[in-house]
Amino acid sequence: MSPVLALILKRIGIGVVLILAISALLFLGVEALPGDFAQNFLGQAATPEAVANIRRELGLDQPVMLRYLDWLGGVVIGDFGESWANGSSVSEQLGKRLANTLFLAAVAAVFAVPISVGLGVLAVFYRNRLPDRIINILSLAAISMPEFFVGYLFIFFFALQFGIGDGPPIIPDPRASVWENVQLVFLPAMTLVVVVIAHMMRMTRAAILNIMESAYVETAELKGLSMLRIIWKHAAPNAVAPIINVVALNLAYLVVGVVVVEVIFAYPGMGQYFVDAVTVRDIPVVQACGIVFAAVYIILNMLADVGAILANPRLRHPK
Amino acid sequence: MTETLAFLDAVGDGTAMRVLIRLFSAAVDIVPFAALLLVLRGWARLPWSARVAMLGCILFGFVAVYADAIAPFGEREIVGDVWQGPGTDCLSTADDGTERAGTCHLGTDNLGRDMLSRLIFGAQTTIAVALIASLLSFSAGMLLSFTAAVVGGWTDQILSRINDMLLAIPTLIFALVVLAALPQNIVILVLVMAVIDQTRVYRLGRAVAVDVVVQDYVEAARLRGEGWLWIIFREVLPNVWTPLIAEFGLRFAFAVLFLSTLSFLGLGIQPPEADWGGMVKDNKDGIIFLVPAALYPGAAIALLAVSVNMVVDWMLNRTASLKGGRG
Repeated sequence: MSPVLALILKRIGIGVVLILAISALLFLGVEALPGDFAQNFLGQAATPEAVANIRRELGLDQPVMLRYLDWLGGVVIGDFGESWANGSSVSEQLGKRLANTLFLAAVAAVFAVPISVGLGVLAVFYRNRLPDRIINILSLAAISMPEFFVGYLFIFFFALQFGIGDGPPIIPDPRASVWENVQLVFLPAMTLVVVVIAHMMRMTRAAILNIMESAYVETAELKGLSMLRIIWKHAAPNAVAPIINVVALNLAYLVVGVVVVEVIFAYPGMGQYFVDAVTVRDIPVVQACGIVFAAVYIILNMLADVGAILANPRLRHPK
Repeated sequence: MTETLAFLDAVGDGTAMRVLIRLFSAAVDIVPFAALLLVLRGWARLPWSARVAMLGCILFGFVAVYADAIAPFGEREIVGDVWQGPGTDCLSTADDGTERAGTCHLGTDNLGRDMLSRLIFGAQTTIAVALIASLLSFSAGMLLSFTAAVVGGWTDQILSRINDMLLAIPTLIFALVVLAALPQNIVILVLVMAVIDQTRVYRLGRAVAVDVVVQDYVEAARLRGEGWLWIIFREVLPNVWTPLIAEFGLRFAFAVLFLSTLSFLGLGIQPPEADWGGMVKDNKDGIIFLVPAALYPGAAIALLAVSVNMVVDWMLNRTASLKGGRG
C-alpha cells in the first residue's frame, strides 16, 4: 500500500474513533450530569409516582449503557428518536434544517474563500507595508466583533435603512430557484463571511509567509530567479497544502458560527433548533444536534488533513 | 451531589454574584494604576496602534472597577419610557420618594432603564466574569500542560489524548450541550467556560514547555533531585512567560466574546443583571423599529476585544522580532 493511502486511511480511522468517542461523551456525559428531566418537567406536581411514570414513558428507567447502545444504533441508521418537548421525530426536523444550514454555510463559503485567500496573498505581497498593515488592523477588528453585532449592524443599516437584503425572519422557500434563495440569505451569509474571513485571511498569510521564509525560497532568490518563477515553481506547490488546510479548518468554524447567525436572522436551521432545545432542555434534540454539529466539524477537519496529505509534494514521491 | 448543587445554586444567585464581583473589583482596584505606570515607562517606544489599544484597555478597566461611582443611574432602576432616544430627559426616584431629573445620554432600554448606566454596569459584570473564567482556565491549562511536559510518560499520554478529544468538539456546541443538562447559574457558567478554554491553553502550554524541559538546566534540576512542582514553577515557568502572557490576552478576549454569545443566546448571565451580551438580546427587537439600543453593547464588546487583541498583536510582534526570524 502506498504511504499516502496508509496515511489517509489512518487519518479517517482517527476521525471515526473521535466521532464515536464524542457520541459517548455527549450521551453519557449528559446522563451523568445531575438534573432530572422528569423532576424539572413536572415542577411542583412532581409526586414520586408521576416522576416514575414519566421516566418509564421516556425509557429513562433502563440502564444507561443499554440506552446509549440503543441510541447509537438509531443514530447509525439516521433515527434520532423523538423530541421530549413535543414528541415529534427529531430526524425529520434535522433533515430539513440541516439542508438549510448547509445551504447558508455554502453561500458564505463561496464568498469567503476566494476573498480571504486573495487578501492573504496580497498581505504577503505587501508585507509590512501600508496594505498589509491596513489588512491586519481590519482583520483584527473583524475577529473582535461578535457575530450578533455584525448581524444587527447589517440588519439596521443595510436591510432597514438602505433596503439591501432581507431582515429577520428569513425562511428559504424550497420551491423558489436557488438564485432567489441566495439573494434571500444574502445578509446572514455576509455576516458569516465577515466573521470567518479574518481568521482565514490571517492563517493564509501566516502559511504563505512561513514558506516565503524557508531556506529553499531564499536559495531560489540567491540563484537570481525571477519572483514569478519562485512563486510558481517553488513556493506554490508547497503553499497548496497549508491553504487547503486553512480553508477546511475555517469551513468547520463556519458551520459552527451558523448557530448564532441563525438565531439573529430567525433562520430555520440546525442552529436555531439546537438553541431552542437547549433552552427547554429537550435532551434528545440537544444530543442529536450536538452529535451532528460535532460530526460535521470533525469530518471537515479530517478533510483538511487528508487534503494536506494529498497536496504535499514530498509524500507523492516515496523514497 | 445534590448538596453540592444546592450550594452552587445559593452561590450562583444574584446577590452572591454581586458580592463575588464586588470582591473581585476591589482586588483589581490597583490594576489600572499599575498598568498606567507600566505603560508610561515605555510609552514613547509604542507604535500608535498599541497606544490607542492600551488606552482602551485601561479605560475599560476603570469603568469596570468604578462602575458604581460612574453610572448616573442604578442598574435596575426604571427612569423613563421604553426605548427613549439618546439625550432625552429621565427621572430617577430614590427609595424615600425624592425625585432627581437627569439625561439619558444613550436613551433607555426595553424596560425604560438608562442605557448608559447599564452599559457601565455591564462592563463590570462582563469583564469580571470573563476575567475569572480566563484566570481559571489559564491556571488549570498551564498546570496540566506543564505537568504533562515535565512528568511525561503515561501522564502526558492520558492528559494529551483527553485534551485532543475535547479540542475536537467545537466550543460553542460543547457549551450548549453541557448547559442544557446543568442548572443555570454563574458558578457553573464560569466553570464550563474554564473547562472548555483550558484545552486551548493546554495545547500551547505543552508545546512551549516540551521545548524547555529538554534544556540542560532542567536536566540539572532533575539530577539535583528536585520534584516536578519545583521544576514547573522554578525552571519552566520563568522561561515561557512571554508567549503565555500574550496567550492570556487572547484567552480573555475570547472569553468576553464567548460569554457575550452565550448571554445573547439566553444561556449565559441571567437577567436582571446587566451584561453586554444579554443587553443585545433584551434590545434586539428594537432594531426592527430602527432603535439602535442593541448596537451599543455590541459595539462595547467589539471595542474591548479589539483593544485587547491589538495589545496582544503588538506583544507577539515584539517578541517575534526579538527572537529574530531568518534575516
